[in-house]
This record gives sequence, C-alpha cells and structure tokens, in this order.
Amino acid sequence: MDELIRLLSYFVGIAAFLGFNLAYLGWVERKGAGHIQRRNGPKEVGPYGLIQPLADGLKLMSKQLIVPAAADKPLYMAAPILAMVPAVLLFVAIPFGEGIVPRQFDFGLLMIFAFAAFAGLAVLMAGWGSGNKYSLIAGTRVVSQNIAFEIPMLITAITVVMITGTMDLSEIVRHQAGGFWHWNIFPRFDSSLLMPVSFLIFYICSMAETNRAPFDLGEAESELVAGYLTEYGGMGFGIFMMAEYANIVIGCSLTTILFLGGWQCPFGILPGPHWFFIKMYFLIWCFVWMRWTFPRVTLWGLLNLSWKYLIPFSLVNLLLTALFIKVF
Amino acid sequence: MSGYFTNIIDGLKSLAIGLGITNREFLKKPITLQYPHEALKMTPRYRGHIELLKNPETGTHTCISCGMCANGCPSKSITIKSKKVPGVKGKVLTSYILDFTTCSLCGQCVENCKPAAIDFSNAYNLASTRKEDFIFNLLERLHPEGVPEPVVDPELLKKEKEKKAAAAQKAAEKKAAAEKKAAEDAAAEKGGEATAEEKS
Ligand code: SF4
Ligand code: SF4
Repeated sequence: MDELIRLLSYFVGIAAFLGFNLAYLGWVERKGAGHIQRRNGPKEVGPYGLIQPLADGLKLMSKQLIVPAAADKPLYMAAPILAMVPAVLLFVAIPFGEGIVPRQFDFGLLMIFAFAAFAGLAVLMAGWGSGNKYSLIAGTRVVSQNIAFEIPMLITAITVVMITGTMDLSEIVRHQAGGFWHWNIFPRFDSSLLMPVSFLIFYICSMAETNRAPFDLGEAESELVAGYLTEYGGMGFGIFMMAEYANIVIGCSLTTILFLGGWQCPFGILPGPHWFFIKMYFLIWCFVWMRWTFPRVTLWGLLNLSWKYLIPFSLVNLLLTALFIKVF
Repeated sequence: MSGYFTNIIDGLKSLAIGLGITNREFLKKPITLQYPHEALKMTPRYRGHIELLKNPETGTHTCISCGMCANGCPSKSITIKSKKVPGVKGKVLTSYILDFTTCSLCGQCVENCKPAAIDFSNAYNLASTRKEDFIFNLLERLHPEGVPEPVVDPELLKKEKEKKAAAAQKAAEKKAAAEKKAAEDAAAEKGGEATAEEKS
C-alpha cells in the first residue's frame, strides 16, 4: 500500500513538475532571447505573455499528424516517445531535498547515465526514420557528439564519486553539507584542487549532451533545415522540444547535486528543496544565456573541443584526484 | 603545445566577454516598437495615395475640375465628375475617384495640378482583402461628414440670370424670326408646288 501511494505521488508530482517546467522553460527561453536581443519576447497572450505556452501547446496538439511517405513509420513514430520516456524516468533518482526523492537508489548516478544514453538513440531513430537526408546527417552528428561528450562527462562524474565514495545522489549531497566551501565546485584540499575544472567540464558536457546551442548540431537550422526535427510537425515536434527541456532540467539538477551541494544552503542554515531549485534554475538560466550569446560551433570545433581539451583535462583531473586521495 | 594553454585562456576570455555583452543588453530596455499599439510618425515626404488638400480659407478643396490629373495619369486611375451650378464660377467637383489598385504613385497627377489641389497623403498602413476597398472617393475622404454645398455668389447669380434672360429673349426672338421665316418658306414652297403640279 505504501508503495502504491509512493508510486502515485511520484507520477502526479513529476507530471506536475515536468509539465510546469516544460511549459515555462520555453517561455523563459523566449523571454530571455527577446531581452538579450532587446526585443520583448512573448507579451500579447496574458500578462507578460504568461499564457503563451498554453496557446503553443493547443496549437501543436491541434495539428494534423503527417508521416512522410519516405519515412520508416515505426521508427518515426517511436522516436519522440523514446526521447521523452528516459527524460521522465530519470526524475526517479533525483533527490530534491533530504528524503524527497521518488526512489532511493544506491546507484542513482549510474542509473541516470545509463538512461540518458537513450536520448542519442532517439535522435538517431528520428533521423533515420524520417527518410530525409538532412535528418540522417543530423542523427549521425548527434551520435558522434554524444559519444564525444559522454566520455569526459563520465570521467568527471567518476572523479566526484571517488571523492565522495558513493554513487547515491543523496549521499553525495550529504557529503557537501555545511557552508558553500564544502561544495564540490570549490577546490578541496583533502582530495582534489581541480574541482572548478571538473565543474566546468561537467557543465559544458551536460550542455552538449542536451543538444543545446551552441552545441545544437543536430538541429543546425542554418545548414540542415531543422536537423532531425525537419519532418516532425505537431505533437511529434512538441514532444521532442519537451524532451529537450526535460533533459536540461535533468542536466542542471545533476550538476547541482554533484557540484553545488544539492539542497544544502550556502551558509549552513535552512537547507531544503528551495535551495535546490534556486541553484538549478540559475544553471538553467545560464544555459539560456549562453544559447543566445554564443554562435553554433562547427562539427569539427565540437569534436576538437571534446577530444583535445575536455577528455585530456578530465583524465588528468581523474589521475590527480586519485593520487591525492591515495596520498592523504 | 605552447599555443595550447594560451588558446584555452583566450577562448575562455572571449566567451566571458561575450556573456558580458549579452548580459548588458539584457538589462537594457527593449527597443521594439509595438506596432499596432504604437507607430512611428511617417515622414512628410512619404508618397502614399493622393488626396485632395483642404484650403484653410474656404474649408474645402481648390480643385477646378480641369481634368489635367485624370488626363495625365498614365494608369488612368483617376475619374472626375463635375457639374455646372448656377451662381458658382467654373465647374463644381462632384466626385473624384482614385482607383488605387492601378495607381503607380508616379506623381504625374500632382505635377499636373495647376492649383495644387492634390498631394500625396501619409497613409501607409492600407490593407484589405477586398479590391473595392482601394477605390477611394477622395472628395468623401476630404469631407467625411458630407460634402458642403458650393458657395453661391449672389451677384454672379444675378448676372447669370440676366444673361440667361437676355439669352432667352434673344433665343425667343430668333425663334420667332425663324418661325416666321419658316412660315414664309412653307408658303412659298406651297406655291412652288402648285406650279409644279400645274406643269405636270
Ligand atoms: S500618381 Fe500617377 S498613377 Fe497614381 S493617380 Fe497620379 S498620375 Fe495616376
Ligand atoms: S488637375 Fe487638380 S484642379 Fe485639375 S481636376 Fe485634377 S485635382 Fe482638380
């Protein structure tokens, strides 16, 4: 019975949380983009355009579903679902506060990385299933991008795991309790001095993993029409967009947990979920900010960044951390 | 290898500068003009469709219905109707139709108008789904509340009446003379006919 209630509250809670976030992150993004370019962004539908997401959703839902003649229909239809399911599933392991976690996993971090890998598969399926050469190019690009950035991301995550000695996300947060100088983002004199570098690498990788600009080579509207989204209209497109935002929420939550002390307060008072959300939304805002600041990288630049800079740095970081832990 | 770290430092620096710029712009006020709610003022030299100008002294246009605008229009977009009103000098404009669907805004009409009765308007936001909306009656546009009656000059009216009366009298005299002549002619013809009949 307890289990049932837990399950139900998880479904309701996550659905509400996700629904709210997916709708309003789109709004935040458009508003942010507008103001960065000195426009207003949405402002006509409701006060400050706050009802705009509802209007967008209604519009997308009322559109006809069109499957292109050249498409591989099962793959084409399954791709948006496969993009969305892991994104929703991953919230199972995210601890929002002390004890506020849908399910306590001993290997939460591993579980998140395992399911997050589906996102690349969904994009590849969409690219292949659309029967469109631009989509296919985008799909292959995303796969090479995901492989390139998953490696440094995992290595950095391992660094954190080595420091904290656990893969349980709640335990990682507890490890950073008491004052912001205990957070993993700052150099730790007992384990690793290179933690800021780790944070940077992890943040860049999470940006690349979610296919966000400046790493949105899968969409690349200036060269690939709309990449893997080219043939999707209506709710197929809508689900991909929602999955993107869900992935952003996951990525920023994970960064918050691993490096910014999750629900811990910077000054050691009143820890709670509000701190988690403050940090997470700040990181999300930085995503938006960067998206509208930096131009898209080339595929060449993207792979160079990963193989020449991020991977060596994360490896050196890993080795130094291991050395530090061994010595002290 | 030596360029490797400077590359990273330079790259990070330029990224930070970029973020600084967008942050600065973000905090500034948007400069978008909310068009349907607010609009810029058109420059006075903008060439919209033509319009009749109001003469502040008479409160109406100064068009003399000469038709030079309509004649000079290469697209035949202008149709003018006028009539004669007793007691008013010249002709009185009764309708000035501009077919804006064919007008090329060449300006010939404005050039041709001797009394400078027409000029380009500043109307730029014309939009409609129906062609008929672009057939403008410029006279009605000038006087939306109704075209005023032409001012009648009593002296001119009197003079005109006298002239008319004189003309009528002259015409009557002429008519009488003509009738008389016709009667005489008829009589003569009758006589002639009679002689002809006699001959045959
Ligand atoms: S602007 Fe040219 S085309 Fe238009 S009404 Fe005048 S003369 Fe005709
Ligand atoms: S040329 Fe001028 S005065 Fe003559 S009919 Fe046209 S508008 Fe009237």
